[in-house]
Amino acid sequence: MTVYDLCKAENFAPVVCPAAEREITGVYIGDLLSWVMGKAQSGDGWITIMSNINTLAVASLTDVACIILAEGVTLEQEIIDAAIQKEINVVTTTLSAYETALFMSKELKDE
Amino acid sequence: MSEILTFHFDVDGDDFTSAGQASVQIKKNLRQLGISPDTIRRVSIAMYEGEINMVIHADGGDADVSVTEEYIEIVLSDHGPGIKDINQAMQEGFSTASDSIRSMGFGAGMGLPNMKRYTDYMNIDSVVGEGTTITMRVNL
Repeated sequence: MTVYDLCKAENFAPVVCPAAEREITGVYIGDLLSWVMGKAQSGDGWITIMSNINTLAVASLTDVACIILAEGVTLEQEIIDAAIQKEINVVTTTLSAYETALFMSKELKDE
Repeated sequence: MSEILTFHFDVDGDDFTSAGQASVQIKKNLRQLGISPDTIRRVSIAMYEGEINMVIHADGGDADVSVTEEYIEIVLSDHGPGIKDINQAMQEGFSTASDSIRSMGFGAGMGLPNMKRYTDYMNIDSVVGEGTTITMRVNL
């Protein structure tokens, strides 16, 4: 599943997707940035409710495929601008982190 | 004698909006040098954790990165309060960060353990009241 595919799914919407062709190969859930730094894998869809500027740095350094903001969280405009500059994909969903993980699990298994 | 390439960064203190800039820049520089993605990931994560520590605890500092044929070395030095008990600071989950820092997603007590996990060599030289210098190496 690509980030583009995820954006088209029900309950999901793009916040900013400058590299929408990226393939999502796994999932990591977490809001503590250092924890995410230590555990998230390249290509993961990272589910979080943390939406500050440092989230982008962590996404860039861990090389996750996209940030998935759960519970309807979105980004302020200046952070969206920074995401475009850093080429970080950010998707929002009305689902909870748990529901998002269930959906992603099914999608990744079906591939 | 292998040729050494060096990069220097000033890390601003108490500026969480620009924190991580040096790490992101190093990631770009190493990519241009053709370093492997896994090595770049290890170096940039270790450096980011160190950078954030300097912003949180030490009002900023200096970050120097050297690239040799054998390894990439990161030296982070600050004039902050120093680390009282290095063994305790190295434990996963131990943190002295404030609640406001934690609300930003930091202070999980994973910074130093992550730095050790992602590097092949790490040395902490810290004097309470004077500052801390951390040297890390990732082998090529």
